[in-house]
Amino acid sequence: MNYKLDFTPVLDGLPSLLTACLGTFALAIGGMILAIIIGIGGVMLRDSKIAPIRWFIKSFVEVIRNTPFLVQIYFIYFALPLAGLRLDPTPTAIIALGINGGAYAIEIIRGGVQSISRGQIEAGLALGLHKTQVFRLIVLKPALRAIFPSLTSQFVLLTLTTSIASAISAYELTSVAQQIETSSFRSFEVYGVVTVFYLVISWLMMRAFGMISTRYFSYPVK
Amino acid sequence: MGSDEFLFLLAGLKWTVALSAVGFIGGGIAGLAVALARTSEYPLLERVTASYIALFQGTPLLMQLFVVYYGLALIGLKLDAWVAVSIGFTLHASAYLGEIWRGSIEAVPKGQTEAAKALSLNYVSRMKDVILPQAIRISLPATIGFLVQLIKGTSLAAIVGFTELTRAGNIISNQIFAPLLVFGIVGVLYFIMCWPLSLYGARLERQFAAASR
Repeated sequence: MNYKLDFTPVLDGLPSLLTACLGTFALAIGGMILAIIIGIGGVMLRDSKIAPIRWFIKSFVEVIRNTPFLVQIYFIYFALPLAGLRLDPTPTAIIALGINGGAYAIEIIRGGVQSISRGQIEAGLALGLHKTQVFRLIVLKPALRAIFPSLTSQFVLLTLTTSIASAISAYELTSVAQQIETSSFRSFEVYGVVTVFYLVISWLMMRAFGMISTRYFSYPVK
Repeated sequence: MGSDEFLFLLAGLKWTVALSAVGFIGGGIAGLAVALARTSEYPLLERVTASYIALFQGTPLLMQLFVVYYGLALIGLKLDAWVAVSIGFTLHASAYLGEIWRGSIEAVPKGQTEAAKALSLNYVSRMKDVILPQAIRISLPATIGFLVQLIKGTSLAAIVGFTELTRAGNIISNQIFAPLLVFGIVGVLYFIMCWPLSLYGARLERQFAAASR
């Protein structure tokens, strides 16, 4: 027990760690956008008249939600080149994050759409609102409001999941931390500091989503 | 892929199950303590456990494993990799289960606590005989959901260097150069473990929703 904590390698690596946070944000935001697209598309296709499409969406959701992200990212990493797509680790990681987040987004968005009762839409039309107004004001906004808390926690989770992208050496915080660790052997110090970084990142995300929520969704109901 | 390789994967699977079980049971015991402290109405205890939960929910599981793994070595504990990652998963599970069960304890109608107090039951009896049996019922779907999360999470022990299912897959895939086949099979094995649990959790949720209507 004569180990002395030494933070100099971490301090020396601080600039590269801070820049790597941008990599983490890029993965997170890219993953979120793709997840939203897959989520909305999936919800629309989930009720498709063509049965195989419905089955595909449903099995996609179940398979993704019941297997680890690490296995998914390995699989995608090796599968994309076979499909003729030679991508760097970072775009590959964004695709994997988007696919993973998309499966969860499908379930969340579906819940939001189902929470709008038929009568609301009919009432809107009866009041003489235009169809697009009905969609925007009566379907979309309340549905978004209803799912916003679960969407927020899902996206914070997605942001934390970006650390697993280090397994295919995508550019983000954890992989840069691993580089500093291998060259300095100050494992505890490096990962301790990076853990605090992640804490700040997820806190910032929560604040940002909280601000969006108060700005757009804090109107009174009833 | 021959039968030897498949048996190697199954040996990894055994460790995945063991890690999940230890994490869930250890985390369950510690998580109950966290949930009780979180609802104790002692401001200090509540604040400490709230920060504990926030710490684990605001950082990646991978970082938690790294910090625990290297932190334990640093304070002079020479532990097996298997014990170190088990401690990591136990702490992780205790925070998440603590938060789930806090919610369930608070979801038990207030009248139940008041009635128990009016009957002059002490704290232990009030919790053990009145609140917790109801809270457990409420928490069941979310608890099962977290168990699935935990089973999937044990795959990260592979990155720390512990040979469970995913790392076994990694090793085999490097040997026989068939990553898609190997990770496909590994994925199927996880799916076989997690899917029945997910279905069971969803069924309970529907039942409870129907019962409370």
